[in-house]
Amino acid sequence: MGRETPKQQQQVSYTVEQLVAVNPYNPDILSDLENYVNEQVSSQTYSLEANLCLLRLYQFEPDRVSTQIVARILVKALMAMPAPDFNLCLFLIPERVQMEEQFKALIILSHYLETGRFRQFWDEAAKSRHVVEAVPGFEQAIQTYAIHVLSLTYQKIPRSVLAEAINIEGLSLDKFLEHQAANNGWILEKGQGQLIVLPRNEFNHPELKKSAADTVPLELITRIFPILG
Amino acid sequence: MAANYDYEEAPGTYDDVNRQDLGYDPNFVPDSVKSFVVHLYRHIREKNVYEIHQMYEISFQTLSNRLFKDTPWPSVDAVAHYVDNDQVFCLLYREMWFRHLYARLSPTLKQRIDSWDNYCSLFQVVLHRVVNMQLPNQWLWDMVDEFVYQFQSFCQYRAKMKNKTEQEIALLRQFDQAWNVYGVLNYLQAFVEKSNIIQILEQEKDGGEQFTATDGYDYSGGSNVLKVLGYFSMVGLLRVHCLLGDYQTGLKCLLPIDISQQGVYTSVIGSHIATIYHYGFANLMMRRYVEAIREFNKILLYIYKIKQFHEKSPQYEQILKKNEQMYALLAICLSLCPQAKLVEETVNSQLREKYGEKMSRMQRYDDEAFAIYDELFSYACPKFITPSAPSFEEPLVNYNQDAYRLQLKLFLYEVKQQQLLSGVRTFLKVYSTISLGKLANYMEVDEPTLRSILFTYKHKTHAVDSDGKIISNADLDFYIDDDMIHVVESKPVKRYGDYFLRQIVKFEGMITDMDRIKLE
Repeated sequence: MGRETPKQQQQVSYTVEQLVAVNPYNPDILSDLENYVNEQVSSQTYSLEANLCLLRLYQFEPDRVSTQIVARILVKALMAMPAPDFNLCLFLIPERVQMEEQFKALIILSHYLETGRFRQFWDEAAKSRHVVEAVPGFEQAIQTYAIHVLSLTYQKIPRSVLAEAINIEGLSLDKFLEHQAANNGWILEKGQGQLIVLPRNEFNHPELKKSAADTVPLELITRIFPILG
Repeated sequence: MAANYDYEEAPGTYDDVNRQDLGYDPNFVPDSVKSFVVHLYRHIREKNVYEIHQMYEISFQTLSNRLFKDTPWPSVDAVAHYVDNDQVFCLLYREMWFRHLYARLSPTLKQRIDSWDNYCSLFQVVLHRVVNMQLPNQWLWDMVDEFVYQFQSFCQYRAKMKNKTEQEIALLRQFDQAWNVYGVLNYLQAFVEKSNIIQILEQEKDGGEQFTATDGYDYSGGSNVLKVLGYFSMVGLLRVHCLLGDYQTGLKCLLPIDISQQGVYTSVIGSHIATIYHYGFANLMMRRYVEAIREFNKILLYIYKIKQFHEKSPQYEQILKKNEQMYALLAICLSLCPQAKLVEETVNSQLREKYGEKMSRMQRYDDEAFAIYDELFSYACPKFITPSAPSFEEPLVNYNQDAYRLQLKLFLYEVKQQQLLSGVRTFLKVYSTISLGKLANYMEVDEPTLRSILFTYKHKTHAVDSDGKIISNADLDFYIDDDMIHVVESKPVKRYGDYFLRQIVKFEGMITDMDRIKLE
């Protein structure tokens, strides 16, 4: 897999996506889909559709299940939060498979993220290093999710709360904040509180939401053009 | 776990082709049946869709009620010579024959296998030969619907291995291709592809094709069978994927059908209900509660208005059953996502009547609440299946409940995660601002725990829609400034734009009418 040139890799994923679109109910594509999971992991890409297709085929052929591949699919799904992909995958995995230790650990991680328990999440993730560190980009993806939840909730957030949520402290956190201030519009307030002002959006600034509610879609207006004319 | 889920069925008795000890003669053809098949055959040849529909809907039911209450119709071999031994008619007759059997009696394993063979033959004909028939949409929908139903029924039957006889096991091993999941999915997919229905629906938008406008019927001398089967197969695929627990793909299969409009799917009441039921259920499992509430509300209002017109129809019982199930699903959605203003007055009063008390108990999130969530979910959910073939080696067990147990477990897990949200809402309703410290005190938790609860509230009430956008489901929202919570209640927005548009169109209509009077 590592020997393939980037161009060849692109060809493989194009073919897999086509297979999923055109011929998904076919056990012959199972190993292609498994390879594709590994490719998603190594090239930091993601395809929910292809992974669901594979989990379905595993349902149809239970003796061909590779728990390692399933674990990788679940880690990738976790990285897609806030999308409900992790749950969508669990719906397709038989209960007795979910009872295995590595899956129990992943379910606990998902639970902590779903219920905003970031500190517990990072503690638990440290214990499952072998699973999560096998997937590059995991840490950044979860940090992105954490920031997403914080942005829904806070207009101004204390530094300590942010630090706990994204698991970055000290000098690394300083660098991180500088980067966000320079590129994403974060404002670092001076003073004792060490407050960070997050970018305005319709979720942490409700007044922004109201203005969008009364728009009328263009196609409805076109209905009265003949009358106005 | 709720007991009312179990699929009930008499133990299948293995009987051979002779059927001598069945208490009826499969080769006896009453005159009324002879007349029925002769006329139906003629109408199909002459493409009299209206007559076909009358015979299919009414005559078939009448004869079934009168002569075949608890016996099958005469065998196809007995009637074949009345209809020129026409292959296609015989396949259609057999399809009706098996459907009647499933509805009134309990199919044996051999009969299940034979029915599968019949569907394969019938579908092969439609897919690979030029078929020159026009059949009523009701019939074409029933074919797809029954096909999926028999698949579901077979999976349930096969998963109960414990009391299978030697002969049954031998038959299962021998005919291991019957009702295999690949076959079912691939037939439905083949209909969608071969009929080109997705492109037809696309082109229809700019007037390039006529499909919905003619209710799927072909007025240029061709056949509607492949196109309409392709159309209904999209609903069939949604249904099968829901049975497997793959809600995302199920919704994707339905995407070419625009459910915000009327369409061929609304031309048959059974299809309309099945589509919305599964669409709503899939959205519920994907936590898109607002979407589910909207669609359940619309269909329940529709059923309320029209059910009186279907009292005599053979689908009446099914309509009522699905109606009740969707009220249960609506109760679940509204308990997890309180959005009372999305529900129509009529529907709301029906809902209060059926589930008012249960809903208030569900929002308490104690053990009793979970029992009610369990009960409603179990009552209203699809009959989930395990699609893989059984292992014949292990000690034979019944695993027909496994799929259902998994979906229920994951659903209740989600409910549990939302456990503390109800408590938070009660406080948010009362305060416009409150500090984190104070609220933590009132809720008897420490501040970090309160922060987690608030994060959970935000996360669970902001769903990701099908385009990946974040949409807020919260009727009650807040934001935090340092350690101060500011509560925001979203007031129902007066939709002035919408109102003015409607009035403009209405008055224009009135003026046009008045002008017409002057001219006369």
